[in-house]
Amino acid sequence: MILHGRSIFQGNAEGEALVTSQPISFFGGVDPETGVVVERGHPLEGQCIAGKVLVFPTGKGSTVGSYTLYRLKMNGYAPIAILNAECETIIAVGCIIAEIPCVDQLPFHEIQSGSLVQIDGSSVIIKDPANH
Amino acid sequence: MLLTAEEKEMLEGAQGRATQKAMQILVALGEIYGAEHMIPVTSVQIAGVSYDNLGEAGLQFLSEMAEGGGKARVHTTLNPAGMDIESWRILGIQPDFAEKQERVLDAYSRMDVITTCTCTPYLTGNLPLLGEHIAWSESSAVCYANSVLGACTNREGGPSALASSLTGRTPEYGFHLVENRHPRVTFLVDARLAETSEFGGLGKVIGEHIQSSKAIPYIRGIQAVTLENLKSFCASLATYGGAALFHMEGITPEADSIKPPAEQVKISKIELEAAIQSLNDATVAEVDFVSLGCPHLSIHEIEQIAQLLEGRQVKKEFWITTARATMQIADRCGYTSIIEAAGAKFAADTCCVVAPIQGRFTAMATDSAKACYYASAKNQFKTLLLPFDEVVRLACL
Repeated sequence: MILHGRSIFQGNAEGEALVTSQPISFFGGVDPETGVVVERGHPLEGQCIAGKVLVFPTGKGSTVGSYTLYRLKMNGYAPIAILNAECETIIAVGCIIAEIPCVDQLPFHEIQSGSLVQIDGSSVIIKDPANH
Repeated sequence: MLLTAEEKEMLEGAQGRATQKAMQILVALGEIYGAEHMIPVTSVQIAGVSYDNLGEAGLQFLSEMAEGGGKARVHTTLNPAGMDIESWRILGIQPDFAEKQERVLDAYSRMDVITTCTCTPYLTGNLPLLGEHIAWSESSAVCYANSVLGACTNREGGPSALASSLTGRTPEYGFHLVENRHPRVTFLVDARLAETSEFGGLGKVIGEHIQSSKAIPYIRGIQAVTLENLKSFCASLATYGGAALFHMEGITPEADSIKPPAEQVKISKIELEAAIQSLNDATVAEVDFVSLGCPHLSIHEIEQIAQLLEGRQVKKEFWITTARATMQIADRCGYTSIIEAAGAKFAADTCCVVAPIQGRFTAMATDSAKACYYASAKNQFKTLLLPFDEVVRLACL
């Protein structure tokens, strides 16, 4: 299946999807030294986002989140790509300075955790739906 | 995007490396969000100051911008740092951290940024007016500037706010356009609120309603508010809902010219109390850290603390966080000496959200719903959300 969205930061990446229906606050919500989601009660709490195609509706919380994304990248724990329903500026700027491919305006309900996903510019190719 | 000759020059690098990188960030944002051109801004507030948040990577980014010749072109102030710049030792900050924090501030200083270090710039001289276009980060201050002051800003990230400072521009999209400032949901508050903790609870309830839709709330039923109530509400609404703007009937400047949206959500006293209770997982006996000043305290709040602490002794680690300028007024009024004689500690320039305090405490009492979120998520503390006066009394138990 191919989904078409809007490219926030151009790039190519391929990896396993990690999906949540809840917004993410990178600052305070994700540990920049380990890539583990630490927000209490978040559906991804305890999971590591490193190397994943991270799929979530939108950002929330602190405006320091852009730097958290940059730190994750420098520490080697960033997601390899970010897919959003609606990307907001904190996530967008984080992706621009950390050079993380990012696409939004996607029907992200089509993507399941565990699927193999390829990002090519503004296109998202779901290669291996996990539920098949 | 349609750029002016000067903006093109910035983008092409004729005005230095840092200005070029700044313009690249702004053009990228403009392209993404469909801005047709850049607009001038008159004020900037920059987040991303505490070394605890920036780490080595962030410090390197800022140092490169300073070395690349970046200079603030408009009035630019800073968010809290990770420590009190003068008395970090008595707050238990390590010398190694202090050295890194000083390098962050030095980088900003070299870029001609005013190193105020507060999340309430509107209390210390960075006070935009109705309709003024600005580029602010600090989620609570963004919400305050848009909603309470009626200035126009998007929710900038630290780097994009810096980019606006170094260029004096922001792409014209989002909250800079009148058509994007209209509310979509009416919230009818069926409860009387007085305490900052209650307004924090209201911010959590409404924030959670709108966190995915990002609908701008139009709030009815609030009879009276103080600056301190609004400051607490803005912080919580931004934390739990990612909100940049709300309108409040009879209170915020744009509300009166707007018809309340037809879609209405009623908020009961019970819901409000449940939201406050959801942030109370610590018992009074467990509390080993008491914190007031998220967002930074106003001089009026410091006066209140001084009145409550006069002649008493604090039994727990108690931090009072505020802007240095506000603390200097407290010094002059004699509040600081009363509070310090009681054993509480002033922590100017910093706050409990951005200071490196993970592992030092187990349970925090505060009046701030925002502080509860970060204490729990970032520092794994248990929390207790109480009215302001009760927080002060608890510190003496």
